[in-house]
Amino acid sequence: MLSTLPTAKTKTKKQYRGVTRVTRVIQKLAFWVPLIIMIAMIILAIFANFIAPHDPNLPKITDRYTPPVFMEGGKSEYLLGTDQIGRDILSRLIYGARVSLSVSLLVILITAAIGTMLGIAAGYSGGRADAIIMRVVDMALSFPGLLLAMLLAVAIGPGFTTVVLALSILGWAGYARMIRGEALRISQSDFVAQARVNGASGWRIMTRHIFPNIINSLIVLMTLQVGMMILAEAGLSYLGLGITVPTPSWGAMVSDGRANLDNAWWISLFPGVCIGLVVLSGNFLGDWIRDKLDPRLRQL
Amino acid sequence: MASKILLEAKDIVKHYPVTRGLLQRTVGWVRALDGVSFSVEHGKSLSIVGESGAGKTTIARQILLLEKLTSGSIFFEGQDLNKMTPAEIKAVYRPKVHYVQQNPWSSMNPRMRVRDVVGEPLFVNTKQSKKKVYEEVGTLLEQVGIGAEGMNRYPHEFSGGQRQRIAVARALALNPSLLVLDEPVSALDVSIRAQIMNLFKDLQDKFNLAFIVIAHNLATVRYMSHTVAIMYLGQLVEYGDSEALFEHPLHPYTRALISASQLTLPEDSEGKAKQIILTGEMPSPLNPPPGCRFHTRCSEASDKCSRDVPEMHKIGKQQVKCHHYD
Amino acid sequence: MVLQVEDLHTSFFTKMGEVKAVDGISFHVRERETFGIVGESGCGKSVTGLSIMRLLPEPSGQIVSGKIILEGKNLVELSKKHMRAYRGKVVSMILQDPMTSLNPVYTIGDQVGEAVRMHQDLPENMVEAEVIDVLRLLRIPAPEVRLKEYPFQLSGGMKQRVVGAIAMSCRPRLLIADEPTTALDATIQAQYIALFEDIQEKTNVAIIFITHDFGVVARICDRVGVMYAGKIIETAPTRDIFKNPKHPYTIALIKSVPQLDKKDDRLFSIEGQPPSMMNLPKGCRFCPRCHVALDICKEQEPPEVKISENRSVSCWRVK
Repeated sequence: MLSTLPTAKTKTKKQYRGVTRVTRVIQKLAFWVPLIIMIAMIILAIFANFIAPHDPNLPKITDRYTPPVFMEGGKSEYLLGTDQIGRDILSRLIYGARVSLSVSLLVILITAAIGTMLGIAAGYSGGRADAIIMRVVDMALSFPGLLLAMLLAVAIGPGFTTVVLALSILGWAGYARMIRGEALRISQSDFVAQARVNGASGWRIMTRHIFPNIINSLIVLMTLQVGMMILAEAGLSYLGLGITVPTPSWGAMVSDGRANLDNAWWISLFPGVCIGLVVLSGNFLGDWIRDKLDPRLRQL
Repeated sequence: MASKILLEAKDIVKHYPVTRGLLQRTVGWVRALDGVSFSVEHGKSLSIVGESGAGKTTIARQILLLEKLTSGSIFFEGQDLNKMTPAEIKAVYRPKVHYVQQNPWSSMNPRMRVRDVVGEPLFVNTKQSKKKVYEEVGTLLEQVGIGAEGMNRYPHEFSGGQRQRIAVARALALNPSLLVLDEPVSALDVSIRAQIMNLFKDLQDKFNLAFIVIAHNLATVRYMSHTVAIMYLGQLVEYGDSEALFEHPLHPYTRALISASQLTLPEDSEGKAKQIILTGEMPSPLNPPPGCRFHTRCSEASDKCSRDVPEMHKIGKQQVKCHHYD
Repeated sequence: MVLQVEDLHTSFFTKMGEVKAVDGISFHVRERETFGIVGESGCGKSVTGLSIMRLLPEPSGQIVSGKIILEGKNLVELSKKHMRAYRGKVVSMILQDPMTSLNPVYTIGDQVGEAVRMHQDLPENMVEAEVIDVLRLLRIPAPEVRLKEYPFQLSGGMKQRVVGAIAMSCRPRLLIADEPTTALDATIQAQYIALFEDIQEKTNVAIIFITHDFGVVARICDRVGVMYAGKIIETAPTRDIFKNPKHPYTIALIKSVPQLDKKDDRLFSIEGQPPSMMNLPKGCRFCPRCHVALDICKEQEPPEVKISENRSVSCWRVK
């Protein structure tokens, strides 16, 4: 009976090694592929005017509804086809990266910064400050965002600033709510009690003790927001409250093509794919940054 | 004589409100501490013993000013802490009183290197340069047996015993005169506990440190302390010289605790027969029983015990709160 | 003989390699006997318990070789399905933390009843009577009332008894208790230990008591195995472990535990740390911390020497 056991042993070991090798390769890919995608997108956005083959806003009615080059009827000059009025999809995608990426990154930076500061302040100080901040958060969360965007559009006119403002004015509340919970938990931890016994000031505790320990959750939330913001911008632009036509943005392109999904799916699909790629890459990179920032995981 | 006393607590009370509902209405009070008095002398140790929920850790939090007392006062070198301004507290009291917690895994910020963990009190309270502080951190780490080269690593790279040494180094950074040790060895492995307890003793002798040790293990307490306070449900039931208290425990609860901590071998039927096993559990501090708080579990309780609150009696080097000594 | 463990090896396969958490241990437990496994954290005592239950975290934790013979059946060879039927019925386990062992959204009656239904073919109207019976076995006062209560309504000690009731619900032949008293206060601990003795008397269950606390060992165990770095280095009746320990580690450990009736000025302390399981010393695992190590200790692992009917020691000094 014993003789059967050693073979079982070697088998499990081998199996296990195989698994680790595959996981290691996947782990490497999970870092490099999203990184390359992100860098590529950013380069496209910055150097759009050198890279784009066509003027993104120049309609050419004769070439409208040209399918992508790999399909029957596709033309080599329009790699990804054209839209309803004959504009080159590829060029519009490249220019669209500018708007979509800058809106979402800007909004995320603004909302995360405000939300984190208020969340930490509320969670650490507690009492009345906490109650006031959290009531404001509740109001911001329950306020209809569309109404605000419309008011802003009326007041300062639709455009880039309106989109960023509309998304930022209410967007910080979600961060504040989550960060406040984390900050509250960490404020009650043993090491914060230690810092207080050591005479550390509230500012030092918030910046040196609480903030570094909420970065994990913050990054996860921020990366999840990348997609949300691109889509929110699309919605606003679609309603005419955001980026004005004919400036391309990915979200606006997706909504433009909706009516033609059955006969010219490529108009919506390619910008959709771009949004998906950025969102996924963002999430993967977020995970990676989170692991790198954590000294416990860094050394594994 | 009075000048020997370092810290004295007089009749301290801490009640926590229990709130309910949207308006946070107070519906009751958790009477975590109900009139507790004790004192610690320079270079001596006081141990506070009790079961969980007795209020031991609440005492620590009051001494460390992590919370505000409901009533009563704490005197440090004769000064009433209630009457000191926050600036005075930071300048006079904070540097002198430090804290070693039970769990060395949660008492350090996982994102800080050991040099910043141990250096924090120095950064916060002195104006020394980074280089000076790290030099001092090196000396402190040597003192607790870690070695200066450990300072560039993160806390999670050390074992429990080593981390507790690092916590001690941090507590020593400002040359304190009092350390509050909250269950300092109970999270550690058996073979490591003796090392750490010996370390505390050595440091006490070397720096004339006073300790307030919070513990549930009586054997640890006996080794560590000069004075012992036995707590039950927010009150002291017995207080006094360690030797006297362990030789002649006066309160029935103290006797039960000692019996529960004694080593009895399986064949030792005589020892087993003498063993006191209390019935029931400690009542909730939300609604403590009337009279003597221990009467619900006491085998010697009489009618009087469930009716009248006992006084603290002084008997030799001990004090006891029990009607049997009226 | 209820349980016989022979040369059990359990390993964890991690990113950094194989960790031999249990590295060849043998012991047995008789009917109505309490066998203590004592050791420090990381010595493999909990892994031993989980191996017997076949509850290792898969796929990283695996029984590599050895036999676990419970009531004549080798558990290592049982299929997962078979083992599930065994678990709870023939062997069951109590974990350390009573607070997390109970599900907060079900009543006590539901949770004990679930355990009863799973292994006993009882008509539904008998289940409640059976549950009350088990609660009574664990000396839970007013079991008819407790049945309808939720875990949050019970005190810590009472919850631990309910956990015990679930484990005992099918009257198993072997009960593994992993640090069941560590989270309890001293006076509650004393109650709980007395309860264990009582249950054993009534049901003849064999108990494996896993702990790091020698005080608890002295009170409840008949025999003890002392574990160090994945091996049992000494097995002996409890009395002999205290009065006449043989292995230098056992001797040092017992000397370093502060005792109530002795006031020493300085505690005896074992220097250094237990070795990392990733990087074990070549010879005897305790050698780097041992005061009486010989030359051979550095080179070769000592064999297990049987010195009497109930005692064995792994040390080159003991012949």
